[in-house]
Amino acid sequence: MAEQKSGPGPSERPARREGGGGGRRQYFRRRKVCKFCTEKIDVIDYKDVRLIGQFVSERGKILPRRLTGTCSPHQRTLSLAIKRARNIALLPFATGV
Amino acid sequence: MHKYEIIFLIRPDVAEEEVDKLITQMEGVVTSTGGKVEKVDKMGRRRLAYRVAGHREGHYVLFLLEGLGDTVKEFERRLKVTDAVIKYLTVRVDEDLKRAEKYKALRAKQEARRPRSKSAPAATAAPQAAAETA
Repeated sequence: MAEQKSGPGPSERPARREGGGGGRRQYFRRRKVCKFCTEKIDVIDYKDVRLIGQFVSERGKILPRRLTGTCSPHQRTLSLAIKRARNIALLPFATGV
Repeated sequence: MHKYEIIFLIRPDVAEEEVDKLITQMEGVVTSTGGKVEKVDKMGRRRLAYRVAGHREGHYVLFLLEGLGDTVKEFERRLKVTDAVIKYLTVRVDEDLKRAEKYKALRAKQEARRPRSKSAPAATAAPQAAAETA
């Protein structure tokens, strides 16, 4: 009885992969996990271009959560950080033609 | 007292010494208005993401200061008056830092209650022990 109950417990976590998802374009590998939650980044700094730049498309647009896997609270603070970075010319408002 | 982060952008054709001079000047502005400079960071010359006042590069300077609105008001007025400064941004950071502190404390508390980082071995060990007793 105890063994049966323990079965799904540990196996549940790795099984959370959710194959495919229809997104043929993987922006970065860890699709379904929020980067800021896993790496425990509490303050998203607008000056950290290398971090924030990962969440911006080639055209300079903010990538949607469905592509990056960012959780809702972090997406909100992230978008604020991106907008601040744009203001001080660390990130572009728009690039390309 | 609040904490503010003021970042400003200086024209690329301004010499290093001039930048240093401006920084000491701005430090004087902060202290004379009752504020306290916590950190000054010359982030150096960087490429801009878009053209600002016709320039593609610029010196970034970051001020971390503690003070009231008057300090910031005077600081921003001085930046506007100075020709070498082409752009600036002020962000109040104390509330964000407080929130970050809270999350940190929360996480530490959670970790103390049950070591989550070793959840996998702990989870497998516990049922085994339970099975043994049974």
